[in-house]
Amino acid sequence: MSQPLSVDLLSEVARMAIRHGASDAEVIGLVTSEFSVEIRLGEIDKVHEANSQGVGLRVLYHGRQASGSSSDTSREAIEELVATTVAMARHTSVDDDALLPGAAELNRKPLDPSTLGLVDPSIDRLTTQEKADLARAAEEAALATDERIVNSEGASCSTVVGQTIFVNSAGFAGAYDGTTISLATAPIARDASGMQVGYWGDRRRHLSRLDPPAEIGREAARRALRKLGARKVDTQSVPVVFESNATEELLASLFEAVSGSAIFRRASFLVGRLGEEVAARDVTIIDDGMRPGAIGSRPFDSEGLPTRQTAVIEQGRLNSYLLNTYTARKLKLASTGNAVRGLTGAPGVGTGNFFLQPGPSSPAEIIGSVRNGFYVTEMIGFGFNPVTGDYSRGASGWWISEGQLAFPVEEVTIAGNLGQLLREIEMIGNDLHFRGRIAAPTIRVARMMVSGN
Amino acid sequence: MIDPVAFFTTRFPISINAIEELLGCALSQGGDYADLYFEYSVVNSLSLEERIIKSAGRSTNQGVGVRVIAGERTGYAYCDTIESAAIRRAAETAAQIAAQPRPIGPVSVSQLSPGQDLYQVEKIAGEQPLEERIELLHQVDRRARSYDQRIREVQAGLTDEYKVILIATSAGRLMGDVQPLARMRVMCIADDDGNLQSGVSGGGGRYGLDYFDQPLIDRYATEAARQAVVQLEAVEAPAGSMEVVLGSGWPGILLHEAVGHGLEADFNRKGTSAFSGLIGQRVASDLCTVVDEGTIPNRRGSLNIDDEGNPTGRTVLIEKGILRGYLQDHLSSRLTAAPLTGNGRRESYRHIPMPRMTNTYMLGGESTPEEIIRSVRRGLYAVQFGGGQVDITSGKFVFSASEAYLIEDGQITTPVKGATLIGSGPESLTKVTAVGNDLALDEGVGTCGKDGQSVPVGVGMPTIKLAGLTVGGTR
Repeated sequence: MSQPLSVDLLSEVARMAIRHGASDAEVIGLVTSEFSVEIRLGEIDKVHEANSQGVGLRVLYHGRQASGSSSDTSREAIEELVATTVAMARHTSVDDDALLPGAAELNRKPLDPSTLGLVDPSIDRLTTQEKADLARAAEEAALATDERIVNSEGASCSTVVGQTIFVNSAGFAGAYDGTTISLATAPIARDASGMQVGYWGDRRRHLSRLDPPAEIGREAARRALRKLGARKVDTQSVPVVFESNATEELLASLFEAVSGSAIFRRASFLVGRLGEEVAARDVTIIDDGMRPGAIGSRPFDSEGLPTRQTAVIEQGRLNSYLLNTYTARKLKLASTGNAVRGLTGAPGVGTGNFFLQPGPSSPAEIIGSVRNGFYVTEMIGFGFNPVTGDYSRGASGWWISEGQLAFPVEEVTIAGNLGQLLREIEMIGNDLHFRGRIAAPTIRVARMMVSGN
Repeated sequence: MIDPVAFFTTRFPISINAIEELLGCALSQGGDYADLYFEYSVVNSLSLEERIIKSAGRSTNQGVGVRVIAGERTGYAYCDTIESAAIRRAAETAAQIAAQPRPIGPVSVSQLSPGQDLYQVEKIAGEQPLEERIELLHQVDRRARSYDQRIREVQAGLTDEYKVILIATSAGRLMGDVQPLARMRVMCIADDDGNLQSGVSGGGGRYGLDYFDQPLIDRYATEAARQAVVQLEAVEAPAGSMEVVLGSGWPGILLHEAVGHGLEADFNRKGTSAFSGLIGQRVASDLCTVVDEGTIPNRRGSLNIDDEGNPTGRTVLIEKGILRGYLQDHLSSRLTAAPLTGNGRRESYRHIPMPRMTNTYMLGGESTPEEIIRSVRRGLYAVQFGGGQVDITSGKFVFSASEAYLIEDGQITTPVKGATLIGSGPESLTKVTAVGNDLALDEGVGTCGKDGQSVPVGVGMPTIKLAGLTVGGTR
């Protein structure tokens, strides 16, 4: 018989682990209702709906660590989970840094979840019909934009209503609810040159903050249409402008290099650089785990520590890494409240809301400043090496000639080194929008190698 | 040997009669087709770093996914509890995709055998003593460190999965499978006076723990260490379009990205793939024959049955350069009246099946690898890759080389830094000008992502030469 998850049940699981011999235990419970509807060419294509729960356990046995999880929350399954996890921990190695957060840190009172604006009850009340209508409206707007929009990968509206519960044997117990709604569409444009897909969407914790479906549809169509007729360019080293969503991908790579997981392993080009100038003077990059209403906000991290605001790069200077308890101990620093975990495994390091502070220039001014260069609107592939900072990815976008967008470009790569890119950020846009956990405006960098013909 | 029907009906409060009734419930709103996917899986993981076993983990996943198809529409719901009442709620939810209530009785099913047995495993890795698995990782660590004194850090991991599935369809089929999967991963960091470089290796498949014998783990350890040390000497990679020679085995990820995804039937049914409507047309040079084969014993991408209960097979995708077929799942096969190919896969009971690759490879040709290298005046020889990605609609794909060398006057010379290669799916294989006689499958490390679902896959390729591919270096 599956049992509903609660702080009380999880506290009992932690006590059970101690009774089995564990010296410490952490228990996480996730309860989620997920729903998604996909529309394609006006008709419902897929409806996917589920209520699920799971429990994850991490135990320490005199410095030895093991973890386990189960989607079965029956009494028997939980007893087996505790017994096998504690038994495993007797066999792993003593790791002096594998500890729960210290009492002083844990006693700092986390934020009241209600002040963070993580929940919008109206999302849970949306009917299937209303969600299908939102998706249909986004796709319809895309299809109506231009006669060259001839097909569609569809549109989807997804909602998640969930609760996270966390307790540990040091006395921490907390829970918070969260909602999200996502709306996206992917129309396809075609002309004699071929087919191009444009993808656009929005994701919010509050329905009222979601971009209007018609705006999402028109933007997706614009992104498909502007790629038609794209071509390769000759290989050359030029200034590069990153559209905001492309800058966000650079920031995602930067996160890998400032994560304590990479730093303590010395697997990052930013090892040992705290306090040094690592970026242009105007660059300030912040991780904010408590921004009201934002996707990456939560009252406490996955070890029970209060979330906070950390300036990672402040006016070009590397000010802080992002750390959980383990990586902080390895580096003899304090956790920044960035522990993340799912049901399985030890906590890792993740972002709250990680963003580049906006600058004074409009995107048009930034594009207008380039005589001959590349405006990157999309990137694909995984060509980033955090150990060296080397960066090489597939890219598409527009060629900039005399400050004007001249023609669309595809099937080229851009390459450089992230460490050098950070120092060569010459302009920062004023177009910062929070659509996910990572946000960034348009930027211009001095020079990258564009490889094509 | 576990019988999946007996496994689920004895371990959980569920019977064949109940399954038949639940299928009826799933179709009670007028759906055309329904299936139930029962899953019980255990995943074990073990990791070593800084010479110590840092963690051990075990997660148990169980549940049932209910799918109902009505015309082109799919309704899907799942539950984490394997008992009738919970499954009934999921079935009632999924049934809503159809809107013409039509009470029908139970749908009778008869048990069928998969008809193939591709992975007989006696010692399930995760059921072997933890001490034995721990010792394997310590051996990897010692072996990698002994390769070169500049190897400063070694991370080694062993993950294994044991999955029992049972699929019941409204076509009356009841079929199960027991799917083991094991993988070892080794990462080395070399440090030469502050110049840090990494190398990655590993492998596995649908094997037990005994697969990882001494010679094999020595090879993984040595290979990861060797790659890291080679990179210490690497110079800037070249930029521009040039002749590219891809080594055998894992570089077959080219096929996965350049053609494999674009030939999945869902994209083609919708007309959204760069390969849509190209059956019978030339998409590669006549040296190229590419197949997807889910029936190679013990391979990571192999399956006795796919996740819709259909036997896997061998599908010729490209024959001597001509596009022959797509990879089908139940829905696409039904809507386009194409034969099933056994490629309907899903990550777990929480996910809707879709057409996916199994093991995708190119058949061997005539040339020796040495001849191929000798024929290049100036180009790139790439032998190890990280991940890749493709834009299905435009056909543009990338894959990132992690170990590559310059070819100068027919000789392999200097190692170069990692670089992304980019091309166009329907065009790139037309530029294949030589195919080696050294077909090799990869070591068994691939995981493919599509629509947020990850499934294990394999790739393979002989050494090949492409007349022109854009290399994303910096000089």
